[in-house]
Amino acid sequence: MTTQTQSPETAPQQTERRRRGSSGKFQGGSPAVYAAAFVVVVATLGPVVYGALGGFRSNFQLADSPAGLPSPWIFDNYIGVLQNPDFWTFNLNSIAVAVITTAIVVVFGVMAAYPLARYQFKGREALFMVFVAGLLFPATVAVIPLFILITQNLGLGNTWWGVALPQAAFALPITVVILRPFLMALPKELEEAAQLDGTSRIGFFWRILLPLSGPGMVTVGVLAFVGSWNAYLLPLLLLRGDMRTLPLGVADFSTEYSVDTAGVFAFTTLAMIPALVFFLAMQKRIVNGLQGAVKG
Amino acid sequence: MADNVTASADASSATSSGPAAGATRQGRPAAGQSAGGRRAAHSDLRKRLEIAFFVAPALGLFVLFVVWPVITAVQMSMFRWNGIGPLENFVGLDNYARVLNSDVFIGSLVNNLIIVASSIAIQLPLGLAIALLLNRRMWGQGLLRTIIFMPYVLAEVVAGVIWFQLLQPQYGVIDTLLEAIGLTPPPQGWLGDMDLALWTIIVILTWKYIGLAVILFLAGLQGVPDELYEAAQLDGASWWQVQRKITIPLLGPTIRTWAFLSMIGSLQLFDMVWIMTRGGPANATSTMAIFLVNEGTNRANFGIAGAASVVLFFIALVFAVLYQQLIMKRDTKGGA
Repeated sequence: MTTQTQSPETAPQQTERRRRGSSGKFQGGSPAVYAAAFVVVVATLGPVVYGALGGFRSNFQLADSPAGLPSPWIFDNYIGVLQNPDFWTFNLNSIAVAVITTAIVVVFGVMAAYPLARYQFKGREALFMVFVAGLLFPATVAVIPLFILITQNLGLGNTWWGVALPQAAFALPITVVILRPFLMALPKELEEAAQLDGTSRIGFFWRILLPLSGPGMVTVGVLAFVGSWNAYLLPLLLLRGDMRTLPLGVADFSTEYSVDTAGVFAFTTLAMIPALVFFLAMQKRIVNGLQGAVKG
Repeated sequence: MADNVTASADASSATSSGPAAGATRQGRPAAGQSAGGRRAAHSDLRKRLEIAFFVAPALGLFVLFVVWPVITAVQMSMFRWNGIGPLENFVGLDNYARVLNSDVFIGSLVNNLIIVASSIAIQLPLGLAIALLLNRRMWGQGLLRTIIFMPYVLAEVVAGVIWFQLLQPQYGVIDTLLEAIGLTPPPQGWLGDMDLALWTIIVILTWKYIGLAVILFLAGLQGVPDELYEAAQLDGASWWQVQRKITIPLLGPTIRTWAFLSMIGSLQLFDMVWIMTRGGPANATSTMAIFLVNEGTNRANFGIAGAASVVLFFIALVFAVLYQQLIMKRDTKGGA
């Protein structure tokens, strides 16, 4: 709780600098260290790189010499996937579900975290504990009743909202848990100054707190987005046909065309790219969010 | 213990004249309250409305899609129901008896427990080793961190599909490489062998989730003050001694929190197993989540699925409470 008081924007940089600045005896790499690092990199990247290269080979090449490199390089597999309208439909569905989920999580999450962080009232900790307890309810536990609730009671089966709403609900606990200490860390003087100027607490929320909590909201938004992008179980039960998201598409493609190994590699590799690009762009946010969740 | 003592001292000082320190601390909030009056009551109502306005959307969503389905699962677990028509055939705890007497469910539960224990036993030392390695100043450090964390960001489905292809019997690259160095891979394939399938999945889970452990441990390492290292160096401690006596003990809270996350995740495992084996061969890799999805969607035994959900939740809860009480208590105490 207490360690997260610095704004996440500056904290890692400061510690980074301090750590780097420390004296040299324990720093630096010997050949053994580099060798170990090399093994780790190969083990981590190997499967992904093999899959990407496999997409540039023919099925004959793959069967003839599984451990070989593309020779010649074949682009048909990737072109085939890119010309497959289903691939783009899956992408569109994944984007729509993830955007709706993220928007709901960020808006509702920061609203709920505000009074939990900055109001003094009876039952505040109890209310916070309701959200903390939510961390213990994985979507898995409730997935069968959710399936019935969404398809039969709400009539949202096979729609974007039918997946996004429950996903947002299950992402709220971690969002509130991350945002609350973040909002708590904003200096009390800001609030007092705003009150002296005659700003109400709601005005303070809109005009001062929201702009200042941008980094925190980006962090929880990125986590919600990645969670939704990768989600499988709930979409598996709720979405079919043209409404399927990318993970469902990957899974179905790999079983439907299981003989076409090169095609499966191409499809899976292309399906990975949005997540990887997003990860590289947002890496700091994702890492900060996870680290903040553990510290908070 | 110390908290209780000061608290009771404060309480007694409010009525009788107690220790001076206690009296001044107690005095401040009391003075603040008496200054309020009618304006305070008005602003109190306004404050309540504001709180309701801010919390209601999140709470509403949470109740509708989290609390309500969980309650429904409990209700469903008391009926024999195929998902059509009203809940009529009340069977009490019969579904629970059937779940707990089912060899498949018990096997799935045991698999979950094996995954919980082995994930921690493998990822903790490995994650620590990699974190200590990456914590040294070396060329390409930032890139290394990005690479090691990358599998964590991939969908379990994507990772599962790729590994499934790599592990194909005979034609897969892994079997080919093993044969090339003179080893014999299992004839039914790694995922087709009753004894090996679960361990194969555990290895892949390690590949996928080691990055989380490393990133969290690295964050913990940055919190270790440099003065400690400098002092240890002055005392002539070796690198290994410093890690063992200073770094790892100070990482305690981070490790305990990570282990908690890992445990809860292992208890819910579904995606990876569903993609790679569907719980097979012959339920050798089934988990509780696989069991309840099979019963709920494939066989329309919603009562059984509900009972399995409740059992899964209860086990996760017991784990969480025991873990909080036995292992994490000192962290929260120290932090408060």
